[in-house]
Amino acid sequence: MTDRSKITTVNSSVPTDWKSDAMQARIGRRYRRERIFRSLGLAAVVISVLFLVFLLGNIVKNGAYGFMQTSVSLDVTFNADLLGDPSVLSAEEFTEKVRKTNMLRLIQASMRDLFPDVKGRRDTRALLRLVSTGARAQLRDMILANPSLVGNTERVELLTSDDIDQVIKGNIDITLAEANRKVKDKELSWLKTLQDDDRISLDFHSQFLTGGDSREPELAGVWGAIVGSALTLMVTLVTAFPIGLFAAVYLEEFAPKNRFTDIIEININNLAAVPSIVFGLLGLAVFLSVMGMPRSAPIVGGLTLALLTLPTVIIASRASIAAVPPSIRDAARGLGASPMQVVFHHVIPLAMPGIMTGTIIGMARALGESAPLLMIGMVAFIVDIPGSINDAATVLPVQIYLWADSPERAFVEKTSAAIMVLLFFLIAMNGVAIWLRQKFEQKW
Amino acid sequence: MNDHILSTYDDELKEVRSIVIQMGDLAANQLSEAMRALRDLDLEKAKEVRASDKDLDALEITAERAVIGVFARRAPVADDLREVVSALKMTTMIERMGDYAKNIAKRTFAISDGSLVIMPQLLDNMATEAHQMIHKVLEAYIKRSADDAIAVWESDENLDSLYNVTYRKILARMMESPEHISELTHYLMIAKNLERIGDQATNVAEQIYYAITGDNLEEARLKNDETSIELYAKK
Amino acid sequence: MINTPTETNLDTVQASPKMAARGVNVYYGDNHAIKDIDLNLYADEVTSLIGPSGCGKSTFLRCLNRMNDTIPICRVSGQILLEDDDIYTSGIDVVQLRARVGMVFQKPNPFPKSIYDNIAYGPRIHGLAAHRTDLDEIVTTSLEKAGLWQEVKDRLDTSGTALSGGQQQRLCIARAIAVNPEVILMDEPCSALDPIATAKIESLIDELSGRYAIIIVTHSMQQAARISRKTAFFHLGEMVEYGDTTEIFTSPKEDRTRDYITGRIG
Repeated sequence: MTDRSKITTVNSSVPTDWKSDAMQARIGRRYRRERIFRSLGLAAVVISVLFLVFLLGNIVKNGAYGFMQTSVSLDVTFNADLLGDPSVLSAEEFTEKVRKTNMLRLIQASMRDLFPDVKGRRDTRALLRLVSTGARAQLRDMILANPSLVGNTERVELLTSDDIDQVIKGNIDITLAEANRKVKDKELSWLKTLQDDDRISLDFHSQFLTGGDSREPELAGVWGAIVGSALTLMVTLVTAFPIGLFAAVYLEEFAPKNRFTDIIEININNLAAVPSIVFGLLGLAVFLSVMGMPRSAPIVGGLTLALLTLPTVIIASRASIAAVPPSIRDAARGLGASPMQVVFHHVIPLAMPGIMTGTIIGMARALGESAPLLMIGMVAFIVDIPGSINDAATVLPVQIYLWADSPERAFVEKTSAAIMVLLFFLIAMNGVAIWLRQKFEQKW
Repeated sequence: MNDHILSTYDDELKEVRSIVIQMGDLAANQLSEAMRALRDLDLEKAKEVRASDKDLDALEITAERAVIGVFARRAPVADDLREVVSALKMTTMIERMGDYAKNIAKRTFAISDGSLVIMPQLLDNMATEAHQMIHKVLEAYIKRSADDAIAVWESDENLDSLYNVTYRKILARMMESPEHISELTHYLMIAKNLERIGDQATNVAEQIYYAITGDNLEEARLKNDETSIELYAKK
Repeated sequence: MINTPTETNLDTVQASPKMAARGVNVYYGDNHAIKDIDLNLYADEVTSLIGPSGCGKSTFLRCLNRMNDTIPICRVSGQILLEDDDIYTSGIDVVQLRARVGMVFQKPNPFPKSIYDNIAYGPRIHGLAAHRTDLDEIVTTSLEKAGLWQEVKDRLDTSGTALSGGQQQRLCIARAIAVNPEVILMDEPCSALDPIATAKIESLIDELSGRYAIIIVTHSMQQAARISRKTAFFHLGEMVEYGDTTEIFTSPKEDRTRDYITGRIG
């Protein structure tokens, strides 16, 4: 207080003593406050970055193996007695015959060569279970693609079952007591033999990206979900973009400013904050119950997500329309452009980068949304790749949810891998948004 | 009248005005000193009058610089514009008055060299009238009074008629005593000088009137100079 | 090209005004922004509107081509005549009106399009050019009239926003000329420009003054003095004084005019 009175009583004709102790102390305090504020800010950033790194690191650590799958190399003899002779049979007959053949017998034959000691039904079946159930389809497809294989013996890489895969990836603790683990000692010893014979390999697994869903983790793929997401988003874009754009243009450029439009504006802003599951309920009630659209279909999912995205698109579009300088509107009006010409010749083209950015960000949100889709039945187990917007389909986030819910240990890494795929698409979409903004942004 | 938002502008205008007033005072003083020198044939005083004309010239240059400064920096308009333009013209007019006073002083030397001729009394009357006009016109300037300026402008008629009388008187004395014709011619010229000083005071009054009202006083003026008509008639 | 004041007076007495305001009042909601303005604006001369900020001069200017229409609370009463038609009667097409009464704004506002498209925009929307060659012709002559042709003829396809401020403003004038207006309104066209660019615009206004009725709002009284033949002084929504520019700047009749132009009131 004494310092303060000393400063304030200084006569204005006398220059302020900026070097006095009181002043120096003030400067010191000011610097100290600034330092504290800055270190707090830095700490906040560091904490957020740590969380993010932990999250991403965890997903990548879990998910990296999701793109890999263990195979076992077996010398398979394509027995012509079993499969039929393609040189004798017609193509249709051969295909028919191959389809009817139990490929397990081929695998069994090659396994018997490797493990001649294994006898008894139970052990034989356990031995066969080393190989994935998908191996049969794998062999069949091979033969159909290349009938000349018949009669020969080839070394073929077949997928192992998910349990073996997990052992190889180190996710099953083999040091536990036998009773407490899924893979028994016998199986481990066979595996050991195969490993010693250099028949076990861990490779990139393209089926994960190209295949549909499956109950078997080693056969499950995300392509069905990716196509489902793409179809759904297409419906969302085609619906939400034009409706959002025209609503934004009307509200920003033409609507009279009165109580009614104020209420609409507030409600649009509120809609953006409504929990997404509510939109799911709305979709369920309107599109499924009232309009009788097909369940689980991208058309319904897309429309529901369009409802969800619409407020975002409208708000972003309005913001970028409002950001077009009034001087441009004046210029066009001053030349005699009609209100519609002003909007379509000048305002929308100039606002387009912002509108597109907003739309893409809205799309990205829709891509990551699962709750409303659960409500309209897009949560079903769907193996087939959807071919149109009316087919039953699932989407990436729902697929992730489904896998996360599955009991098999192997689905943990599939879940993380699917999250990585989803994140890739989200980052790509945001990247496109940034690119569009920078490419088309106008400078005034 | 309101002050300008920029007070330094007011200061500069005041500066110009004060120089003009200073010049007017100096010119009036020169006139009375010159007349005193003439009356007493005091050559020392006549010399002083001639020397003081330099001060008037110096003041005129100062005024000119101040006015040009205002033009350059303030771009004056309306009454400010009229004010500085008339001030510039007034300084020239006042400087002319000083020149006439100097001329009277110069003629004092010529008259004192010749034979002694009594100064016509009317010259004193004329000088008093001219002095009054300078005094009044400065007062009108200081008070910014258009009416006072008109009064000065109208009083020029008195001086003109006084000049006409003086002219005739001196002419008569020339006819009476042709031997003094050269001295009397000097007196005649002095009378003309005094009349011209009055004319300049009238011009100053016109400038003041213009500066205040923006109208031209001269347009209404009818020149009432009988002497020129008389001279013309005599030829 | 500059007539003596007496000749000017004779001209204006004989010619009928291009535009005229008759008892014009403008209200912004409850605010009486323009009070009972009567003003004649003649072809082939430049009229300046001067006055302190918020005096209503820009508002009045914007009434002349109904740019105020977009402001919902703005209400205009009285008559504004373009030749003999009241532009505020319902039969008038605003789009055509604005083609006849062009406007140049305070901040140069070229469209972020090519120089060519900037000029061609007006003729295109009004269908003034039947062929591409006609349009080329309009673009060329408009740029020539605006004194910009020599500077931009080799880069008509570069963006109008890439020009300097002064060039942008001349581009805006060229753009206004391109639709062949009868009246050009200018709202402080030089306030964002440096003195050289300002001088170029002023000389351009001088050249255009023979062909169009030009009404210019300006904060620079020196500019009004330099380029206009008639000046109107607005204060608090009233038109205090109107007359020959020389007359206004040497002997204004009203004290308020004098106080404003000499810098005694803000």
